[in-house]
Amino acid sequence: MDTVKLVYPVEGDDLIGAGEASSQMKLVLKRMGFPTDVIRRASICMYEGEINMVIHADGGQAEVEVGVDNIVIRMVDQGPGIPDIEKAMQEGWSTANEEARDLGFGAGMGLPNMKKHSDEMTIDTVVGQGTTVTMVLRF
Amino acid sequence: MKLSQVRDILNARVLTDPAGLDQEVLSACASDFMSDVLAYVKNQGMLLTGLVNPQVIRTADMMDMKCVCFVRGKNPDESLLALARDRDITVMSCPVRMYDACGLLYTAGLNGEGEL
Repeated sequence: MDTVKLVYPVEGDDLIGAGEASSQMKLVLKRMGFPTDVIRRASICMYEGEINMVIHADGGQAEVEVGVDNIVIRMVDQGPGIPDIEKAMQEGWSTANEEARDLGFGAGMGLPNMKKHSDEMTIDTVVGQGTTVTMVLRF
Repeated sequence: MKLSQVRDILNARVLTDPAGLDQEVLSACASDFMSDVLAYVKNQGMLLTGLVNPQVIRTADMMDMKCVCFVRGKNPDESLLALARDRDITVMSCPVRMYDACGLLYTAGLNGEGEL
């Protein structure tokens, strides 16, 4: 099987619509016949990534590569960057606004959740330029 | 437990296609915090929540849940219901508080999944 590449734009400032890209990816993975647990892990990773992008970075782009034995999800934004990754990875640490909290997010679980549900996660960030979070799920 | 039983136990109003009531759930969870649902839920087929916005449906969809029940008599708007219909998620609203709703279902045999 060749690597299948999917690219989804993530609109900034649209917390209500956030999650649409993850839903679309989920449908594609379902049609490709992946097991439920793999689809769920991938969906959670990308959904949290989407929410983060909308809250913190005014949107960006989600890139998904489906390979023979792994799925790579890359969340790319041109937002403000993460000044302190160690802090950002701590459960409960958050800089999210009130709107995000009203929707049931923004209590510092996003990045830890993404790490928990992926096999490998790397964060490349430059303050003032943007962040790329890459998650690899193996199966 | 069939969703029709859940409806009866919670005295809930069903806000989506009643055909969904024939589905069965083996366990349930309750939270107003969607990040916790994404972090800790395993295979619970149903979410009880007092939070009313479309992200609740999206979260339930990511977790392959069959039903969302809004507690404390909360009523979702049409956009939420449209999203739920599109994702084949049955939506109910019950007049019971969260703690009581959980207790009623648990007593009737619908458990959570124990410790994390």
